[in-house]
Order: sequence, then structure tokens, then C-alpha cells
Amino acid sequence: MDAHACFDSTLPAFLLAHIRAVTDATPDKPPSPAFDGLPVNLRALLELALAVSEESEPQTPSDSSSEIYKLGNLTLVVWTNGKALVKFTGETMLSLGRLVTGRAIFRRKDFWLTLQECGVQALPIVSLISFLIGVILAFVGNVQLANFGANLFVADLVGIAMVREMGVMMTAIIMSGRTGAAFAAHLGSMKANEEIDALRTFGFNPFDFLVLPRLLSLLVMMPLLTIYANFAGILGGMLVGYFVGIPPVLYWTETLAAVTLTASSLGVIKSVFFGAIIAIGSCRQGMQAGNSTAAVGQATTRAVVTAITSVIVLDSAFAAIFTLLHI
Amino acid sequence: MSATPELTAAKVTVKGLTMTYGTQVVMHDLDFEIFDKDIFVIMGGSGCGKSTLLRHLIGLLEPAKGSISFDGKNFTAADPAERTDTVRRFGVMYQSGALWSSLTLGENISVPLEESGKIPPKTLRDLVAYKLALVGLAGYENYYPSQISGGMKKRAGIARAMARDPDLLFLDEPGAGLDPLSSRRLDDLILRLRDSQGSTIVIVTHELASIFNISNRAIFLDSATHSQGALGNPCDLRDHSENPAVRLFLNRGTQPTSPR
Ligand SMILES: Nc1ncnc2c1ncn2[C@@H]1O[C@H](COP(=O)(O)OP(=O)(O)OP(=O)(O)O)[C@@H](O)[C@H]1O
Ligand SMILES: [Mg+2]
Repeated sequence: MDAHACFDSTLPAFLLAHIRAVTDATPDKPPSPAFDGLPVNLRALLELALAVSEESEPQTPSDSSSEIYKLGNLTLVVWTNGKALVKFTGETMLSLGRLVTGRAIFRRKDFWLTLQECGVQALPIVSLISFLIGVILAFVGNVQLANFGANLFVADLVGIAMVREMGVMMTAIIMSGRTGAAFAAHLGSMKANEEIDALRTFGFNPFDFLVLPRLLSLLVMMPLLTIYANFAGILGGMLVGYFVGIPPVLYWTETLAAVTLTASSLGVIKSVFFGAIIAIGSCRQGMQAGNSTAAVGQATTRAVVTAITSVIVLDSAFAAIFTLLHI
Repeated sequence: MSATPELTAAKVTVKGLTMTYGTQVVMHDLDFEIFDKDIFVIMGGSGCGKSTLLRHLIGLLEPAKGSISFDGKNFTAADPAERTDTVRRFGVMYQSGALWSSLTLGENISVPLEESGKIPPKTLRDLVAYKLALVGLAGYENYYPSQISGGMKKRAGIARAMARDPDLLFLDEPGAGLDPLSSRRLDDLILRLRDSQGSTIVIVTHELASIFNISNRAIFLDSATHSQGALGNPCDLRDHSENPAVRLFLNRGTQPTSPR
């Protein structure tokens, strides 16, 4: 009777689940199961599993599944998220204030590295995408305008569309996916590894040390990249124009006549705001990520999604404002 | 108790500290003092809240109740600027090491040094080399944290914690993951730091050997009751504590049935 039995883990798991179920049903006088008849090895495993009573474990809050509970929970999540975002933005502004008064401490090297990462290293992708956007706009425009024999106006169309909207928009979306993700992943893994806590206990302000160089880099680089993207797009349009019979010189003069300084500065002004929301949004996702590596992935995804969404929402707000102001 | 005048002023005073994560109470009503030049050990079973207590002491988490004071000044109620000043005197080694992964070991140590004031580059280099040598990592200045082993990360973390010659050194499981010899060296290092620099050292550790070797006072966190299990000299606690859980812990579970 004391023999060893042959079984896999499903048997003790099944027994344990049943014992637990009985214990939970009668909490005031829990039964003391007798294992006398069982094979030794099974008995030993069950005794081991039952050795630590479940009582000492912290109880997780009951997960009520009623709809009202869920709604309340959702409201709380939205509310706390909103508060956290406002607080983060405020902290960033304070940090900028400290930068102006010269009290912000961060490593200059970090700033230059980030600048390089979100500037020079983003050039190839920005060139490619903007060039192709210019090509696409020119093709679509050409088909329609040729109906009126007015295909020289392709230059106007591409020029205005690029400098007002598409140049800055494409740059912002590329930077959200590229740099926003990089910021969130880097800060998120620093958070998970307690590196941000370590900064704090050495008397560094994590905002000054980590967020500030990233914000500054994007504020500097976004306008420059936008201007560059505008040129790349116009070049793409010019190429299409050449193939449909518009000489490049003519195309260029037509573009210059169509694109006013106001129109082109609008795009550049918007790019500064886009840079700010990409940097603040993705740094926030990183710094407020959970303490695990899984949380880093979630933070990165959230950073990209929120950055792209807020860029587009902000752009429509700008469009409404500019229309109202007749710019 | 507070009526009895204390001869040595307490460096750290914890009164009625309750620590929670949301609604989960990790520990309630902790009351203890850490005196100047103590090597104070925080011990207890895995997951009982030792790291949490440490994070409260260094101001990363806010007490749900109670207060923490350093040199008699209330830290919990202080304003952010004062708190930053207090925290600057600390050196902290985190359980995971928490070295800054984008910086080399040398930079990990020099960045906190530079923050505390202008230091000539030559002196800075010498200081970094010295701190690394203290933990047996001489010559590793240019390695990145990803290029060294787990035990080396721990030691580098200790070197960084000591960078600014802190008044109060907090170490979270410095011995875990070290071989017996390095662990012994570490105990030596801790004792010498206390004796030569007069630092007060707070350590979270499970290593019974080093607890008895180096520590003069210890607190035991009881995970069953979520409260303070015992406070005192570890050797005394091992033999005479009224709390059976403490005797069990300090005798590796093979305790004599009654206190001698
Ligand atoms: N960020 C957190 N949020 C919620 N609960 C947490 C968090 N961190 C820790 N806990 C819980 O608090 C308790 C104490 O954790 P803590 O890390 O302080 O344990 P510990 O004593 O340091 O353990 P170990 O010796 O294994 O390091 C655990 O039950 C853990 O589940
Ligand atoms: Mg711990």
C-alpha cells in the first residue's frame, strides 16, 4: 500500500482543486483531508501543496463583472490618465523653465546623441516617404487637371499641399513611429530596471535628465525635417511633371509663384507643436510604464498610437483655426 | 517609551509606518530607529516587503500612515526641496542593480560625482578607478552594464552607491548572486566602510552568515502578521527572541524547541 504510483501532474492538480473547493465552501470549519490510503509519492506532493495555507496570501480585490462596475472603472481610468497627462505636461514646462534659468542638469552628450538619432538618421526615410507623396499627389492631380488642359497647375497643387499639410504630417507620423517608439521603449526599460529611481535618489530630476534632451531634440529637428520633406515632395512632383511634359524650370517657377511665405510657414509652425506632443506623449508613456518588460512593449505601442492620433487631431484643430482666421 | 532619553541620537526614526500598494497592506505599524554607524539589517521571507520598506526610507514611496525622520527632521512632511537635499546624502544600491544601461561603468560612477560639484577630470578618473577597485572591478571602466555578469552588476551597483561617500548607505540584497569569496569580501568592505568613513549602512539580506558577521541591529518583518516581528541584535534574536518565527528564520528552520 505504501508503493510508489505512476501518474503525471494532472492527478495531484485535480485533487488539490477539489480539496480547495471544499475548503472554500466551508470556511469556518475546513476539513482535514486524510491521505492514508494514497501512494507515498502522491501523498508527499499533496502535503507539500497544502503546507502553506492560502490565507496568508494577499487577497486581490474582487473582480465584479457588473456593467456599472466596468463603467465606473473606465471612468476612473480615463480620469486618472487625464490627470497624469496634465501633471506630466506641467512637469515638462517646469523643466523647460529650469532650462531657461540654467538650473536643469542633463548630459549634453545625451542631447547630441538624441539630436543625431532623430535628425540625421531619420533623413533617408523622410526623404523616401515625402518624395513618394509628392509623386502620388502629382499623378492624381495630373489626371484631373489634364481634363482641363491645365496640367501646369500640378505644380501649384503639389507645392501647396506639401508645404501646408503633407510635408509636416508625414514627418510627424514618421517621427511618431520611429522616434516616439524609441523614446517610450528606452524610458520604459529604464523604468522597469529601476534606473529612473536611481536617478532620483542621486538628486537628479528625471524630467531634466531624460525628457528635456528628447523634447529639445524634437523641437529642433521637426521644423528642419519638415522643410526638408517639403523640398523632397516638390522634387517628386517635378519628376512626374517632367514625364508629363512640364519642363522643370517652368515647374519650379510655377511652384514659387503658388507657394506663399505664409503657407510655408504654417507647416513649419505646426511642426514645432507636433514635435512637442510626440516627445511629451511618448516620454510619458515610457516614464509611466509598469515595472516589467511586458509593460515596455505595451508602453511603446501606446506611445505610437497616441502620438499619431494626437498629431492628426491637432492638425484638424489647426485646419479649423486657420480657416476661421482666413489664412 | 519616548519618555526615556536616548543617549545616541537616532539617525533614522520610523514611527507607526504603514505601507500599502493600493488596498493591499504590505506592513503595518513599523516602529524602529537606526543609530549612527549601525549596520542595520532588514530581514524577512521573500515577498514580505523588505524592498518596499527600503523604497519608503529613500523617499520613492509615500507612507500610507506614520512618518520617517532623518537626524530628527521629519522627512515625510518635508517639502520637495528639503527632501532632495536629504536624499542627496544617500547612496542606494537597488535589488536589480539599476545601473544606467546606456552609460559605461565608469560613467555610471562619474555622473553622480559630477552632479555634486565641479571636479577636475584627472581627479574624477582617479575617483572612478578607486571606487571600482574597492569592489574588485578595477579596469572595467569602459564596459557597458550589458557586458558584465549579474554578480558584477551588483558590485558595480555598490560602487555607484558609494560614489559620493554617502552618509547613509542602503543596499538591497548586495550578497545575492555572489560567490562565497566575493560575498565575504563584500562583508569586509561593508565593515570597513562603516569603520573608516563612519557611514551608517542599511542592508536587506537573507545571508545568515553575513547577518551575524556584520550586523549589530536587525528588524524582522513577519509576513504572516504583516507587522514587525522583532527588533534587536541578530545573535540575541536568534537565541532569545520571543517570536518563534524569528528564531526559526535565524536558525534556518532547525531551531531548538524553546529559547535557551
Ligand atoms: N509595484 C507594486 N505594486 C503592487 N504590489 C507590489 C509592488 N511591488 C511589490 N508588491 C508586492 O509587495 C509585496 C512586497 O514586495 P517586496 O518587493 O517589498 O518584497 P521583498 O521582501 O523585497 O521580497 P524579495 O526578498 O523577494 O526581494 C509583495 O507581496 C509584492 O507582491
Ligand atoms: Mg526585494
